[in-house]
Amino acid sequence: MTDMTLSAPEPRKRRSNWQLLMANRLAAAGLFLFGFIVILAVLAPVLPLPNPDITDQPNRLLPPFADGHLLGTDHLGRDILSRLIWGTQVSLIVGVSATALAAIFGSLIGLVAGYARGATDSVLMRFVDMLMAFPYILLAIAIVAALGPGLLNALYAIAIVNIPFFARNIRGVTVSIRNREFVDAARLSGKSHPAILFTEVLPNVLPVIVITMSTTVGWMILETAGLSFLGLGAQPPTSDLGSMLGQARAQLFTAPHASIIPGIMIFVLVMCINLLGDGIRDVLDPRLRSGALDRPMPITKIDRKTKPAATLEDAPALVVDNLSTGFDDGKAITPAVRDISFRLGKGECLGLIGESGSGKSVTALSLMGLVASPPGVITAGGVYVGGREVLSLREQELIGLRGGRVAYVFQDPLTTLHPLFRVGEQIAEAILVHESVGKSEAHRRAVELMETVGIRDARSRASAYPHELSGGQRQRIGIAMALANDPDIIIADEPTTALDVTVQARILELLQNLRRERGLALLLITHDFGVVAQVCDRVAVMKNGEIVEQGETGAVLRDPQHDYTKRLIACVPELGEGQAFLDRVRPLFVEART
Amino acid sequence: MSDNAVEMRDLVKTFGGGRSLFGRRASEVHAVKGISLDLQRGETLGIVGESGSGKSTLARMLVGLEAPTSGTMQIDGKPWAELAATGSRAFGRTIQYVFQDPVASLNPRKTIGEILDVPLRLLCGYDAGKRASRKKELVDAVQMPLDTLERFPHEFSGGQAQRIAIARALAAEARILVLDEPVSALDVSVQAQVLLLLQQLRDDLGLSYLFISHDLAVVESISDRVAVMYLGEVVEIGPAARLFAAPQHDYTKALIASAPRLTSPDIA
Repeated sequence: MTDMTLSAPEPRKRRSNWQLLMANRLAAAGLFLFGFIVILAVLAPVLPLPNPDITDQPNRLLPPFADGHLLGTDHLGRDILSRLIWGTQVSLIVGVSATALAAIFGSLIGLVAGYARGATDSVLMRFVDMLMAFPYILLAIAIVAALGPGLLNALYAIAIVNIPFFARNIRGVTVSIRNREFVDAARLSGKSHPAILFTEVLPNVLPVIVITMSTTVGWMILETAGLSFLGLGAQPPTSDLGSMLGQARAQLFTAPHASIIPGIMIFVLVMCINLLGDGIRDVLDPRLRSGALDRPMPITKIDRKTKPAATLEDAPALVVDNLSTGFDDGKAITPAVRDISFRLGKGECLGLIGESGSGKSVTALSLMGLVASPPGVITAGGVYVGGREVLSLREQELIGLRGGRVAYVFQDPLTTLHPLFRVGEQIAEAILVHESVGKSEAHRRAVELMETVGIRDARSRASAYPHELSGGQRQRIGIAMALANDPDIIIADEPTTALDVTVQARILELLQNLRRERGLALLLITHDFGVVAQVCDRVAVMKNGEIVEQGETGAVLRDPQHDYTKRLIACVPELGEGQAFLDRVRPLFVEART
Repeated sequence: MSDNAVEMRDLVKTFGGGRSLFGRRASEVHAVKGISLDLQRGETLGIVGESGSGKSTLARMLVGLEAPTSGTMQIDGKPWAELAATGSRAFGRTIQYVFQDPVASLNPRKTIGEILDVPLRLLCGYDAGKRASRKKELVDAVQMPLDTLERFPHEFSGGQAQRIAIARALAAEARILVLDEPVSALDVSVQAQVLLLLQQLRDDLGLSYLFISHDLAVVESISDRVAVMYLGEVVEIGPAARLFAAPQHDYTKALIASAPRLTSPDIA
């Protein structure tokens, strides 16, 4: 392999879907109970049960545990246990087939509408909206009334009623997948639209279909029972759980067991299917699997063997001492950054440079305990802000430092600014969190800050929403928020990567001026040597979680010591160099290839 | 005429417009405003511009993913409209596209072998045996190991995925490649390697490239000629060396002045 950044990461052991499902106790219980019920229902013909349809008037309404009738008999003297198991079989078959039908037609509508867009989408979706506009049970009753009562017609009715649910869900997912580049790529590979829909899009939508199905089966069984209860589903003598309930209703007070038993069965069945469905959804949804929806702790977990000194004499604005952070996957801690040390003085700018995966962002986030925990753990080292070790502080004190003494500027302000609040309010909020000033005072200062960061006509722009501003202006707002509480240190994580070069130049100039005027210590994280050359006094080069070289920017760029730095710098094309660049870098990769 | 791999004349693309259900006029976006460009055979034409300048729209029109509002294009001597009428396969055989985000351009649920199989089957019409041997050749041409074919896209780094995406574009045996920011998502060392690979493939196979990027230095390193786009128009075009040494248009000058450099004269 020729990519030099390709370190050999250890194959992380992912738990299989089955293991994940079993780890969820409720889902596992649901699965086993459901499995037990299904087996009982399937085995109904071979179990030693009396015929469920044979009436025996003299023995009507026997209580449970009567001779020969474990669960008693109903108003016609039929054995309830036998009817329960046969009825469960009917309910399951109807519920599952209705789900399958709804899933097939609903998904088909959703797929076609989402993929075709335009007029097809409008027509199909308005049809679906029409189905949704009727109360579902009324619609089902109307369908059954038109087709005539009967189990099969009830099944159709329930399937039709549930089509919108699938269609809407699947359309949404399809729309997002349709815009992915691999769909365009498949078209350029010569695939026809139907082929793309069924061989490229469908496999990516399938997990969503399965999840939706697993969460609807229970609901479908309930609806079948509902229709049968009303006498529109199963017709005598066949019965499902719903019709058992309906027929026993008249004797509710004289023989409650006849209605309570099928009621309990419906409850247990639906509950265990829902638990199982939730479990399946959790397993198949990648966001849940990665733990992204777990609530992170307010600060990164700190687990250091030795505690560093609480204060440091004569310390510059920021000192990082042998900091190590890793990710805990439950079994072992995989280190992400190791033994990072650097110092940053007032008014100074340090560039932290490295390729993707080198640990620069983890370093930046570790400083204020912002690495998400779980899985992040700070395993060693200390961070000194103004000579005080901050990772030993109490949680509230550390949180108070964030945005106060130490402020962050992130890569994409569109994702860090709240889309529904005016930018002025957001800057004012940043002030109010740390200082108790009046609202109007905070707003006045917000406008001032916007002027400081070079937003023209700040007073009126303060009432703009983030999406109304250009990328460069948004990043200026991000910087204004960072400046809100007069910080000593600004940590800027790829602040210009998402911007055009002409805008980048202006943002870098702004950061430079702020640094000079306010004596800010600036930690600039970037992958771009050009940016470092332009802005930073000193630079630290990171590779695989370690700083391999650190020094004055000019010296490092002119005369890099470490092989990795040499190679990185050599790979940066210089403007004006033209095609000579490729001839220059070719020898670097020749030995790697052979 | 046949000297040119691609000819564009007065190409215009406007998004939006038209009327909504209630007769209100929707707002229009003029993405491309009357562009005329030629790509010669065996040449690499660089297109530089910032976001919103219309570079990607231009590229997507060339490969038939978008239809122009007006204007004409000739691709490999064939009129665009004729290709569009015959369907996406005709396009795929003449011109191919490499996407910016290599990982997103590979279907996560298919192996690399399956992905490469599609153009070989549908565009070249090879039988199974020929396809298997071509796949091996392609993987080899982009300097990837043979076991690549059995693996899934997520198992590769960005640079490797971009090599695979290039292999897919090559599979169609088209002689013209549109490269839309092919190295922007990559780290510098990987970027250099992909550029080297592209240069070598062009020389070995006699390909013509339309190379789109926002990075001036990258464009300069691989292009013979460079066109600068600004708000949907080509403001300047010329040989790469001349254009960057002596820019004429104000916008080009601003671009060049803004580009970060390692050795800039104005830094103390």
